[in-house]
Amino acid sequence: MCLTKEQWKNKKRVEILKNIEIAQNVYKMDLQVGEMVKKIQPGQFINLYCNQGQRLLPRPISICQVDEKREILTIVYGVVGKGTREFAQYQSQDKVDIIGPLGNGYDELKKEQHSILIGGGLGVPPLVELAKRLSGNVEVYLGFRSDPFLVDTFKQYTNQVYVATDDGSYGYKGTVLDLLNQKKHVKEQAMIYSCGPKPMLKNIVKWAKEKQYPIQVSLEERMACGVGACVGCVCKIQNVETGEWEYRRVCKDGPVFNGREVVWDE
Amino acid sequence: MNSKITIAGVEFKNPVMTASGTFGSGREYGEYMDLNQLGAVVVKGVAITPWKGNPAPRIAETYGGMLNSVGLQNPGVEAFIENDIPFLRQYDTKIIVNIAGRTIEEYCQVAERLGEVDVDLLELNISCPNVKEGGVAFGTDPFMVEKVTKEVKKYSKQPLIVKLSPNVTDITEMARAAESGGADGLSLINTLLGMAIDIYRRKPVLAMKVGGFSGPAIKPVALRMVYQVNKAVNLPIIGMGGIMTGEDAIEFIMAGATGVAVGTAHFNNPRASLEVVEGIQKYMDTYGVKDLAEIRGII
Repeated sequence: MCLTKEQWKNKKRVEILKNIEIAQNVYKMDLQVGEMVKKIQPGQFINLYCNQGQRLLPRPISICQVDEKREILTIVYGVVGKGTREFAQYQSQDKVDIIGPLGNGYDELKKEQHSILIGGGLGVPPLVELAKRLSGNVEVYLGFRSDPFLVDTFKQYTNQVYVATDDGSYGYKGTVLDLLNQKKHVKEQAMIYSCGPKPMLKNIVKWAKEKQYPIQVSLEERMACGVGACVGCVCKIQNVETGEWEYRRVCKDGPVFNGREVVWDE
Repeated sequence: MNSKITIAGVEFKNPVMTASGTFGSGREYGEYMDLNQLGAVVVKGVAITPWKGNPAPRIAETYGGMLNSVGLQNPGVEAFIENDIPFLRQYDTKIIVNIAGRTIEEYCQVAERLGEVDVDLLELNISCPNVKEGGVAFGTDPFMVEKVTKEVKKYSKQPLIVKLSPNVTDITEMARAAESGGADGLSLINTLLGMAIDIYRRKPVLAMKVGGFSGPAIKPVALRMVYQVNKAVNLPIIGMGGIMTGEDAIEFIMAGATGVAVGTAHFNNPRASLEVVEGIQKYMDTYGVKDLAEIRGII
């Protein structure tokens, strides 16, 4: 069906309330976004556009948290290139253009079920809003190279937060997978929600398969449009029965996929 | 003020179209704008069978532009006909279908199949830099340009636009070859072959190493080519390459373009093509241009 004028989405210019460094090269930005907060599912992202015109493409940034009452959307992003370096310089009261929420978030389980959230590095932020909304038994496993972030935020929502760092500077010394293997998971059923670098996700999916847990993973890829039109940000998704795969759009078909369907060869 | 244009006997309500490959079949950006206000939707390249496309990363941003190496991923002409034509026909806009192939026969098969359905024009893609066979391999040799145009023309019910590659020494030679082959119009330019390197990983950013360069950074090149081609042939031109605003579009029209296409600008602003429509109208109103023919090719 054709949409009416009132239904069209559009770029929205919003005010930055706060933009602070919370770990080395990791920033937390609060945006005054208005009613958009009501539509957000954990695991979705926004397109954040640079104010510098020569940088044409929006940066897809996952939504960390929303405050529905105050209409604040929080993102946590790493400085990984020119665009995010520009973002890091923004001050409170500066304005930025955004579109969102975009993509498909995590399928949330019904109440009283057991959830295990596993995040690595810049894959940690989108799990915050999820941890907040899930009820039942929620375990959170976080892995960082060295300097952890958002750990206390998770602790507001569950008392089962476990942290691993590669250098042992905080929590368990090793990977988040090593940490998971330290724990005895005797629960018969659990949903795994994960986000992080591809090598980590690949190992977590393998672990989940062994335990026969269903797993949802959120993927990241270089994007152009962020809305599904350009087919730039693809990942390989297979039919588990036949093994046949096709490229699917991370922005529109994901970013959350069934972990068992993702082909990790690249 | 009349911003209507005619290309190969087909009338468009205004000259603004979407550049193939940047707009899918309009479904995604239809959530951001009224597709009824576009002159035409030029859909992403369609082949006779589904194409998987290239591995990721397919996208790299560069100063004032971007590189892509999508590789014409598409669901094939049958899925396109089934899903996308009924969607687009809800709107009062023209449909131009970009056709892709690995061989001349494949291009002909797609053109022939599309002859049985309700679309307005075909755009022959012999200029995609991201596929090994077909694509730009046909578009950089004047003999092949003429031959593929002539063959596909035999199977086309709709007017045939040939999309030219800028990755040649003399684009007018290719334009003349397409004209000799019987093209009803030309669209130019496709992307320029480019590259970006991640110096920290010591690897190309794109998985395919090289890709098509687009965006406002290429506009001067595109404009120059439209200007040269307009002097060289007697065919209507759809001009594109870095158009971001109505003023940019007016430049292309003054260089000789009849239609203009907006592509990469959508990634920066989902409503970019509509703003180009409005910008053209505003220019016409402000400067008393009653018909775009008054300023077309005046340079």
